[in-house]
Amino acid sequence: MAAALSVIRSGPLMSIQDRGRYGYRSYGVSRSGPVDRDSHVIANALVGNDATAAAIEFALVGGSIRVDEDVLIAVTGGDCKVEIDEKPVLPWQSHILRAGQTLTIGLLQGAVWGYLAVSGGIANAPVLGSRSTHVRTGLGGLNGKALAAGDILPLARSRTPLEPLILTQPYVRRPGPVDVVPGPQDDYFDTEAWKLFLTQPFQTTASRDRMGMVLSGPRLQAFKGHDIVSDATVTGSIQVPGSGKPIVLTADGQTTGGYPKIATVASSDLARLAQMPNGSTFTFRAISADAAEEALIYAQERLEAIIAGRRRPDDKGSRD
Amino acid sequence: MEFADTVNETANLKVLALSASISSNPIVGVRETIPTYRSLTLIYDARLVRGSVLAEELMRRARSDASYEPPPGRRFEFPVFYGGEHATDLEELAAIKNLSVDEVIGLHLAGEYRVYLIGFAPGFAYLGGLPEILHTPRLATPRQRIEAGAIGIGGRQSSINSVPGPSGWRFIGRTPYLLFNPLRARPFLLRAGDRIRFRRIDADEAAHLDERAGQSDFELVGTV
Repeated sequence: MAAALSVIRSGPLMSIQDRGRYGYRSYGVSRSGPVDRDSHVIANALVGNDATAAAIEFALVGGSIRVDEDVLIAVTGGDCKVEIDEKPVLPWQSHILRAGQTLTIGLLQGAVWGYLAVSGGIANAPVLGSRSTHVRTGLGGLNGKALAAGDILPLARSRTPLEPLILTQPYVRRPGPVDVVPGPQDDYFDTEAWKLFLTQPFQTTASRDRMGMVLSGPRLQAFKGHDIVSDATVTGSIQVPGSGKPIVLTADGQTTGGYPKIATVASSDLARLAQMPNGSTFTFRAISADAAEEALIYAQERLEAIIAGRRRPDDKGSRD
Repeated sequence: MEFADTVNETANLKVLALSASISSNPIVGVRETIPTYRSLTLIYDARLVRGSVLAEELMRRARSDASYEPPPGRRFEFPVFYGGEHATDLEELAAIKNLSVDEVIGLHLAGEYRVYLIGFAPGFAYLGGLPEILHTPRLATPRQRIEAGAIGIGGRQSSINSVPGPSGWRFIGRTPYLLFNPLRARPFLLRAGDRIRFRRIDADEAAHLDERAGQSDFELVGTV
C-alpha cells in the first residue's frame, strides 16, 4: 500500500499545489501553483523533493496532519509555530515525522502563505499536466477542492534518505518599495494618476485570496475609462476597475480581463507583496522591463544559492 | 504586443498569424503564447531570452508579410436547445427587443460567429458576429451560477459557457457540447479563429446529444 497523509484539521485555504499548470493560458486555464514560489521550492528542497513536487499551501493558519509511514516534512513561508506531537520544531528546516505522529502548524507571523512539503510529494492525479488545485474551476488537487479534515492524500515514495536539512543561508525578503513595470494600459492613466500611484502609500487588505489582492490607497482614475477590449492578464497584473482600487492578480488569477492594467508587479517582487499581512503599508516604484528581468535573474540565482547551501545540522554552520 | 485598441477582424487575424508563427517556428525561452482580440501576450523565461530581443523578433515577424498566414479557421456547428431552464433570459430579451421568442432565436441562428478569444475561464469562448439587433448590455447583477454549455449574449458578443459559475450575460439556450472537459482526450473543443454556426434542436435531441457529448472520446468534427 502506498503511503498516505491524513488531514486531521485544516486551515481555511489549504490546498495541494505543485509548480503550476503551464501551457493552457490560451485556453483560459489559470496557472495556479504556489502564491509564493520561492517558499514552495525551498520547502520541497528541504525534504529532498524536486522543485516540481506537489506540496500543501495554507493561508495564515495551517492545521494538523498525520502520515502512515515515516517521512521528512518542512514548513516554510514565514515564521510559524510548528509542533510534532506537541514538541516544537523550527520552520525553514526539515524534520522526521514518524508514522502516527501528529504535525501541527499554527499561525504564520509576518506572512500570509505557508507551505508544507512532505518527502516524496503529494501524489494526487495530475489534471492538464499539474497536481495544483484551482478551486474556482474545480481543477486538480483532491476533486478540485480545498483540503478539509478527513481528506487522505496519497504520497509518492521518496528517493532520498530521511536526513533532516537546514538552510545555512536564510531566506530573507528585502524591504522597500514594490517594483512594477508600467503598462500595458499605462496610457489610460494621466500624470496625476501616475503621481498618486508612484508616491502615495497603499495597503494590503483582507480582500485577498489565491486569485488576487484588492489594495486600498488613493483612488486611481483612468481618464480613458475603466473598460478595455478584454486582453490577457498575467500573474502580477495590476488591474484598476471603476472603483479605482487596484487589484493585483496572483496564482489563480483569471487569464483575461476587461479592466485597464496600469502596471505589472515585477516577477521577483510578487511573492513579497503577496506575503505582506493585511494592513501592511508600502509604495510602488516603476522600473523598466529590462531591470525587472535583471532582478528576476538575480533572485533566481540567490534562491539557487540558498538551496545549494542546505546542510545536515551536524555539518558546519547553523540557521542562526 | 498590441495591434489595435478596438475589436476588429483584421487585428485579430494579425494576432492569430503571429501566434501561429510562434507555434510553427518557436522562439527559445517563450513558454506561453496568449492570443486575444487585438493583442498577443507572451510569457517568457528571462534567463533564456530577454524581453528586448523578443520584442525585436516579434516586430520583425509582424512586419514580414510572409508570416501573415493565419491558420485556416475550422468551422463547427453547435446544436442549441433554445428553451428550458437554461434559457433564463430568452423571454425577457424578446420583450426588450419587441420581438417574438422565435424571432430572437431566428436572429441568433442567422449569425456566423468567430471565436475571437478563449479566456476568462477554461475553454470559455467569446464569439464575434452577433447580429446587431441582439446586442444587449449585461445584467446589472450577475447570476450566481450558470451551467456549462449555456449560450449567452453580453454586449456585442455571444458566448458559450464552459464551466459552471457566476455570469452577468443573458442566456438564451444550451448546447450539449461541453467546451471543456479535462477528462476528455481533447479537453478543449475550440480555439481562437474557429468559426461557428448554431443549429436549433429540441429537448429530446438535446438529451440524446448530452449522452454522446459526455463520453471521454467525444470529438467535434469540423470542416476547414
